Amino acid sequence: MKFSIYRYNPEKDDKPYMQDYDVELQPGDRMLLDAILRIKALDDSLSLRKSCREGVCGSDGMNINGKNGLACITPLKDLEEPVVLRPLPGLPVIRDLIVDMSQFFKQYHSIKPYLINDNPPPQKERLQSPEAREELNGLYECVLCACCSTSCPSFWWNPDKFVGPAALLQAYRFIADTRDDATSERLDNLEDPYRLFRCHTIMNCADVCPKGLNPTEAIGKIKEQMVRRMV
Amino acid sequence: MVNRVVVGAHYGLRDWLLQRITAIVMALYTLAFVAFVLAATPASYEDWRTAFAHPAVKISTFLFLMSVFFHAWVGVRDIFMDYVKPFALRLFLQVLVILALIVYALWAVQLLWSV
Repeated sequence: MKFSIYRYNPEKDDKPYMQDYDVELQPGDRMLLDAILRIKALDDSLSLRKSCREGVCGSDGMNINGKNGLACITPLKDLEEPVVLRPLPGLPVIRDLIVDMSQFFKQYHSIKPYLINDNPPPQKERLQSPEAREELNGLYECVLCACCSTSCPSFWWNPDKFVGPAALLQAYRFIADTRDDATSERLDNLEDPYRLFRCHTIMNCADVCPKGLNPTEAIGKIKEQMVRRMV
Repeated sequence: MVNRVVVGAHYGLRDWLLQRITAIVMALYTLAFVAFVLAATPASYEDWRTAFAHPAVKISTFLFLMSVFFHAWVGVRDIFMDYVKPFALRLFLQVLVILALIVYALWAVQLLWSV
């Protein structure tokens, strides 16, 4: 199977280049990550992040034939050859397919991604009704792979100011949580022309999410909560 | 001064809402306008003049134009915020657009109420 992979080692290369590979697959190779690891066995200088190899850790996010996705859950049979692999767009490249995710996680931390509730915890657990728990479906599953945020033009232009789809989805995850007491502070924190309103509903985020989540919808619900609060 | 990243202006919701509402106003006016042209088939200058002499037409057209201006303001400012990075240039362009829109609004009043 033919591949064209983005290579850049800042210690050796003046500028990035694309390297072609032709690798023979074994019968058990199902996912893109399997093929990349075959290539890595031939050329150990190729660098990438990977860990769980089943779409749970979110390490191997990359740009696959122009669309962001997780290599470990992208079936090889759906890919057109040569498969063009590039690092996630918009973030500084550390080496080959590895990007510096500091900016992404800084935005994630800025939304306080943890439960805020000053009431003393009950003896067992903070209870929710089944309906209230239902609201968290489609929000809590995010693995923070950054596929969505790095496919978002608004995040490309203002990664330091716009929170980005991944972190906004997580922001709504806590706004929607009936056990959280800081809803109003969370909305205050986001009510900003850059932090939230750089989202122009482009919907690349929902298009690429490897977990099938919809950050655009969550962002819409954050705006709805703000309107409810205002009128 | 150290160039730090500052966010937290705490506005944006009103503008976002305004853009949605003005879009509805523009869509309704456009439909009504097309319906008027199809139904009344104004052909001459006099037909148009009679139509626009009616206060309801004047006011609805003015509402439409104001919607265009507010909608344009939010949209153009968004473009500046996305693409124009130097702060001084962004401020200058935004002020320029506001002044132009005020001129357009006054001009619209003059045109509509001159009929």
